Amino acid sequence: MEQTDTFELGGRALTSRLFTGTGKYGDDGLIPAVCEASGSQVITVALRRVDLDKGADNVMRHIPGHMTLLPNTSGARTADEAVRIARLARAMGCGNWIKIEVISDNLYLLPDGYETVRATEILAREGFVVLPYMNPDLYVARSLANAGAAAIMPLGAPIGTNRGLRTEEMIRILIEEMSLPIIVDAGIGTPSQACQAMEMGAHACLVNTAIATAADPIGMARAFGQAVQAGRRAYLAGLGSVAALARASSPLTGFLDQEEGGI
Amino acid sequence: MRVIVNGREMMLDGGLSLRDLIASVHADPAVVVAELNRNIVPSSAFSETMLQDGDRVELLSFVGGG
Repeated sequence: MEQTDTFELGGRALTSRLFTGTGKYGDDGLIPAVCEASGSQVITVALRRVDLDKGADNVMRHIPGHMTLLPNTSGARTADEAVRIARLARAMGCGNWIKIEVISDNLYLLPDGYETVRATEILAREGFVVLPYMNPDLYVARSLANAGAAAIMPLGAPIGTNRGLRTEEMIRILIEEMSLPIIVDAGIGTPSQACQAMEMGAHACLVNTAIATAADPIGMARAFGQAVQAGRRAYLAGLGSVAALARASSPLTGFLDQEEGGI
Repeated sequence: MRVIVNGREMMLDGGLSLRDLIASVHADPAVVVAELNRNIVPSSAFSETMLQDGDRVELLSFVGGG
C-alpha cells in the first residue's frame, strides 16, 4: 500500500503524511533525530532578523537535506507583509514552498482569512507552492482554491494549545466539499488526534508543539509517525458505520442448551 | 555614513559592501537573506552592493518555527 499511497503536492510525491515543525525545541540538536523518527518529509521554519549582537541563527544546519522546506510567514499581520516575507524566504534558495500565516490576533493566533486569500493570490501567481493556514471556513477554502493554493491547512485548535480537533465538524465539511488536499495544522496534541484526522480523510497533519515540547520528542515523533500511518490505513480500508443500537458480533442461533425452536 | 540595520542605527565607514556588513555582524552570508531599501538583494550580489548614507537594511535567516 505504501508504494501507491503517495501524496502529490507541489510537484513532490510524498510518502509521509506527517509534516513537522522546528519551533519550540529546547535543543535544536534534537531536530535531525526527530525528523528520522517521524518519517516526515516536510518541515516548517520561520524567518527572522539576524541578531546583530549574536550573529545569524541557522536552523537549517539541523534539517536533513532530503526534506522539503516549508518556510512560514509568521510575523505577518497583512497580506503585504506575508508576501514580503515569502519573497525573502524564497531568496534563501531553498525552494518555493510557503506556508501563509497571517495573524493579527495575539491571544488565539487565529489566521486572518481575508488577508490569507489576498496573499495566496499574489504568491500563487508568482509561482510559489502556497499552503495557507486558515480557519476551517468553507467560503475561505473555496477562495483559497480559486486563488491557486496547492492545499489548505485548517486548524484543529489554536496554535500550541494541544486541544485537539476542536473544529472537527468543520474539518469534516471541508474534506467532504473540497477537492483540494486538506492538511490539518495546529492544535493536534496527541498521536490519537492525528490518527483521527487521517481517519476522517485529511491528506496530512502538521504537528509542531506536541512533538517539540514532549518529554521525549524523538519518541513522540515516532508515535506521531505511526499514528498518521494508522489513520491513513484505516481511512483507505474503509471504516465501519456507526450505529445507536448494538449489532451482535457473534451468531444469534445455535446456542448451547437452547430450547427447541430458538430463543 | 548612517545606515539602519534591522531597525538599529549604525554609523559605518564608507565603501562598505553588503557582504562586509554581514561579516561585521558575525553572520554567514550563505544563510542570510538581505533587503536593501525594501528591495531583495540576491546573495550573488552581496559583494558588489555598496551601502550608502541613509540606507535601510534588513538581514534575516531561518529560525525554528511551526
